[in-house]
Amino acid sequence: MGWAVKLEQAAAGYGRQIVLQGINLQVEPGEFIGVIGPNGAGKSTLLTLINGLATPCKGTVRINQQVLTKQNRRELCKKIAYVPQSTWVDNRLPLLVKEVVLMGVYGKLGLGRYPGAKERDLAEEMMGLVGINSLQEKPIGQLSGGERQKVAIARALVQEPEILLLDEPTASLDWRAGQEILDLIYRIQQRFKLTTFLVTHEINQLPHWCSKMVLVKKGQIVGVGKTEELFHQHILSELYGIPLKIIHDQGQPTVLYGRG
Amino acid sequence: MFELLQYQFMQNAVLASVLGGAACSLIGVLVITLNLSFIGTCMAHAALAGAILGLLFGFPPLGMAFIFCCLAAGMIGPLADKGKFRPDTALAIIFSLMLGLSFLFLNMLSGPKTEALNLIWGSILTVTGSDLVIMAITFLLVCGFILFFFKEIQTIIFNRQIAAALGIPAQIIYYGALFLIGTTITSFFTSIGGMLIFSLIVNPAAAAYQLTYSLPKMFILSALFGVSSCLGGLWAAYIFNVPAGAVIIIVSVLIFFSALAVSPKGERSLFTLWCKCRGEIWDKKLDYKLNN
Repeated sequence: MGWAVKLEQAAAGYGRQIVLQGINLQVEPGEFIGVIGPNGAGKSTLLTLINGLATPCKGTVRINQQVLTKQNRRELCKKIAYVPQSTWVDNRLPLLVKEVVLMGVYGKLGLGRYPGAKERDLAEEMMGLVGINSLQEKPIGQLSGGERQKVAIARALVQEPEILLLDEPTASLDWRAGQEILDLIYRIQQRFKLTTFLVTHEINQLPHWCSKMVLVKKGQIVGVGKTEELFHQHILSELYGIPLKIIHDQGQPTVLYGRG
Repeated sequence: MFELLQYQFMQNAVLASVLGGAACSLIGVLVITLNLSFIGTCMAHAALAGAILGLLFGFPPLGMAFIFCCLAAGMIGPLADKGKFRPDTALAIIFSLMLGLSFLFLNMLSGPKTEALNLIWGSILTVTGSDLVIMAITFLLVCGFILFFFKEIQTIIFNRQIAAALGIPAQIIYYGALFLIGTTITSFFTSIGGMLIFSLIVNPAAAAYQLTYSLPKMFILSALFGVSSCLGGLWAAYIFNVPAGAVIIIVSVLIFFSALAVSPKGERSLFTLWCKCRGEIWDKKLDYKLNN
């Protein structure tokens, strides 16, 4: 089977500052990858390298065997859905939820073409899937953080992607809303078998869901492997630079923060 | 007023008001929703500096204004986009440069400076047939851009990073919008005035922004407010014998404050207060019915 995503000696940065370097990563289609690491490690940049928003200053990024270049970036990224970290939206913005969800098809439609009944039905279906049908006529700026993340996920699904990139989708959400979003992501991944990258600090959820984990620290990948291989007290403690303790609750490993 | 319409200059002024009001306020929706307010002010002053330079050296003022607008857009875009320092600092520097150049060129003009001052305050009553052709072309260009790129504009307004991630040429359309703002300012600033045109771009769109959550409706409302401001200003200028450009701006500001007062979006607007009062009256009626 070919690789869905393959990074070879990739490096990226902003201006003269290198944020990621020497990145080697191979991901098979349908894998669910959990990307973890401390703040500023380069996790978000890793996602933007994959969807072409960041240009590698060294090495190559391959999507479905094709090398990602400036020339084919726009074409390739139509297959990659991206849910960025929750951003501030003006509560007066003249955009409705259904319009934001429909944006998912705009890249594929191309310039000068407008969404028809097929695209609108797809948007309706995805809004139903993530449970925001009742919100579709609401202004986007008036939603709660959790609702806005559901809209972002619906927009990503409308894109009918092969790869789904999620950048801390539960950041700034309360526990219940965060759990709802993570459950939703898991259901979607299982249903559509999307190659999924989930950047998260909710590491306790990873053993249940992720087939693989990528550990990022100081701009480098310091560990890639199956979740059960990497989900160990000393590995995670070293990654985050604080003592962590793993206990097993009903057979499930759970990370506790604090003096181990 | 109506008897004046038999005169060619007044017919031209009314046509310029409709075209200018509509084009400026349509482009204003992009300016407001893309948070480009200060960029537009900067470009209006660039156009002014270019036009006065044209007068100084005997080049066509409109052409020079257009070149300066494009230069400003070319400098402002990258600076505001990925500058090494804060975008507002970069804009403030270019704005002050353009303002300084305007005054410098104005000072260098020998003899009476009437023509240059007309560029600052505008003169809608002296619009010629060829001016109207340029205005009509610009109006069509603005409408065409908005209609053709509507869904891309919508996405960029929401989030430029998401637009780029979806494969939308966000950068090209953003720079296209900047270029179009420059073109619109150039086409209309001799009639409305270099100092005043930007108010006509911002105020109607800002008023429309208060009233709707629908982007298509915002474009329509903004165009209506822009045309009303121009026609209202023209009428008031005739009645009270005052400069049309200045009155147009005052009318547009009055429309903005009226929209703000009745905005369903504002917590303290008259509309919201009225809804709250109605709610309280309704609650009292309900209490009365329940208690009796």
